[in-house]
Amino acid sequence: MSTVERFDERARREADRVGETIVHRGELLRHPVYTRVLHWSVAIFFVLSLLSGFAIYSPWLYRWLTPLFGGGPWTRALHPWFGLLFTLFFFFQFLNWFAPMAWTQADRRWLKNIKEYSTHQHRVEPEDVGFFNGGQKIYFWAIVVSAVFFLITGLLMWFDHVVPRWVVAVSYVVHDIAALVMLAGFIIHIYEGTSHQPGTLHSMIDGTVTDRWAWTHHPGWYRAVTGRDAREDYERAKEEQNRAR
Amino acid sequence: MANPRTFQIQEISAHPGPVPGRGTRREDQVCKYIDVTTCIGCKACEVACVEWNDHPFRETTFNDTYQTMPTTEWNYYNLIKFAEDERDGNLMWLLRKDQCMHCEDPGCLRACPADGAIIKYENGIVDFQQENCIGCGYCISGCPFDIPKFHPNTKKVYKCTLCSDRVGQGLEPACVKACPTGCLKFGTKSDMVQIAGLRAKQLREVSGFADAGVYDPQSIGGTHVVYVLHDIKQPERYGLPATPVIPPSYTYWKWLAKPIGLWMGILGVVAIFFHRVSFGPRLPQPEVPPPLPRQPDTVEAKRKETP
Repeated sequence: MSTVERFDERARREADRVGETIVHRGELLRHPVYTRVLHWSVAIFFVLSLLSGFAIYSPWLYRWLTPLFGGGPWTRALHPWFGLLFTLFFFFQFLNWFAPMAWTQADRRWLKNIKEYSTHQHRVEPEDVGFFNGGQKIYFWAIVVSAVFFLITGLLMWFDHVVPRWVVAVSYVVHDIAALVMLAGFIIHIYEGTSHQPGTLHSMIDGTVTDRWAWTHHPGWYRAVTGRDAREDYERAKEEQNRAR
Repeated sequence: MANPRTFQIQEISAHPGPVPGRGTRREDQVCKYIDVTTCIGCKACEVACVEWNDHPFRETTFNDTYQTMPTTEWNYYNLIKFAEDERDGNLMWLLRKDQCMHCEDPGCLRACPADGAIIKYENGIVDFQQENCIGCGYCISGCPFDIPKFHPNTKKVYKCTLCSDRVGQGLEPACVKACPTGCLKFGTKSDMVQIAGLRAKQLREVSGFADAGVYDPQSIGGTHVVYVLHDIKQPERYGLPATPVIPPSYTYWKWLAKPIGLWMGILGVVAIFFHRVSFGPRLPQPEVPPPLPRQPDTVEAKRKETP
């Protein structure tokens, strides 16, 4: 374990040395260079795997998606490699993130109030929502579980001549279920990361978020990094704005 | 080109008597008949198959039997299986010509995800179209008889075509043409089933094989290759599955669950779109108010003036 952590730490340091994150006044560093590079590497190979996989998944998508990869045989030939690279990069992202993704009581409470969350009952998140909220953690662990199933069943289907016929037939179903779970999470992830929560995409591209974004969506994390109370700062900002009006 | 089938005259005005030629055309369904009881294992069918399909020579593996190689291969569609079996304390040498069974409900075709890579003709022949094959190998796991074989260089899968090229020209398959004992026959499905039934009856009543019967498994809707076996109760002794089945993942899953999954994905996208439209974005709080308009909206003002 210690060697893995050392490797991880070193990669993070190297990425920060090569790349850079500019944090302006009124902004907080959210995702360092290493995380961003990993995230987009995972994302690229996830989308490639998704498109090439869905070409083979359904007869109704075959003619639409195979041309993107140079035809059916190329789609078939590339898909396992896309999948392997996705799994590889996601493995590093797993090492990078599994600690902050640990499930807590706060996440249990967050999940209980998911209806209030999705219908915008509160202007800012409860104060115990940390770096990641419950929904993000569920998505992360769903990917971890799906990736394991993807890898195992994918390898079984790739080397189908060495395993019995029924194993391939079962793998095919499990691989599909994992894909559908990932697709559901992916749709929500894209929505939350772009259109639903402005400022979030910026955090994954440039690495920073505004103070406002932080105390609105992740008050617990805001307090942890600034040492100030998220709710108090929010109220103060509101008053200042009212005075200026 | 006029299709002789569609241009067969159906009715003739003021014509006494029946329509000439009507009802003389035979059924379309073809079938290969294999009588394992009269096969002598000469392998003429194997050679004829390799020759007709112009397959390259293949090195074999010797595994202490007379069998040419362990299984059929991408360039060896037709293989006589030599099974040494015991019956009432005596050795019985079961010779069975193994090749594609041309199932009425083909598992390979069910499993295939590539549009147009496997087709089944009206006459029952199941044919692989290698130009559309993507080499995924699902057909191999879909086949209950372990027939399709992957070619590592072309990355395509191959199997017996029932000589669809010969049948299309009114010829019998090459293996049938070469068979010296008459244990192979080719014709319509109903004729072959009838001949097989007669031969099985003869084996039961004359030759002392009380369990002789015809192998035409109904679990996959019958096959376009039928066997006459000494013992229909134990087809496993010949290396044939008693009830061949297609994995449900290639039937129910593919044609029911998969479309449902796709529709759920589409519904999900629609749902988040309308969530966004109904609830709007979650903006960082407090929201920065939009800048006040500097001049009145002239278009709106004009609109109010006219009644």
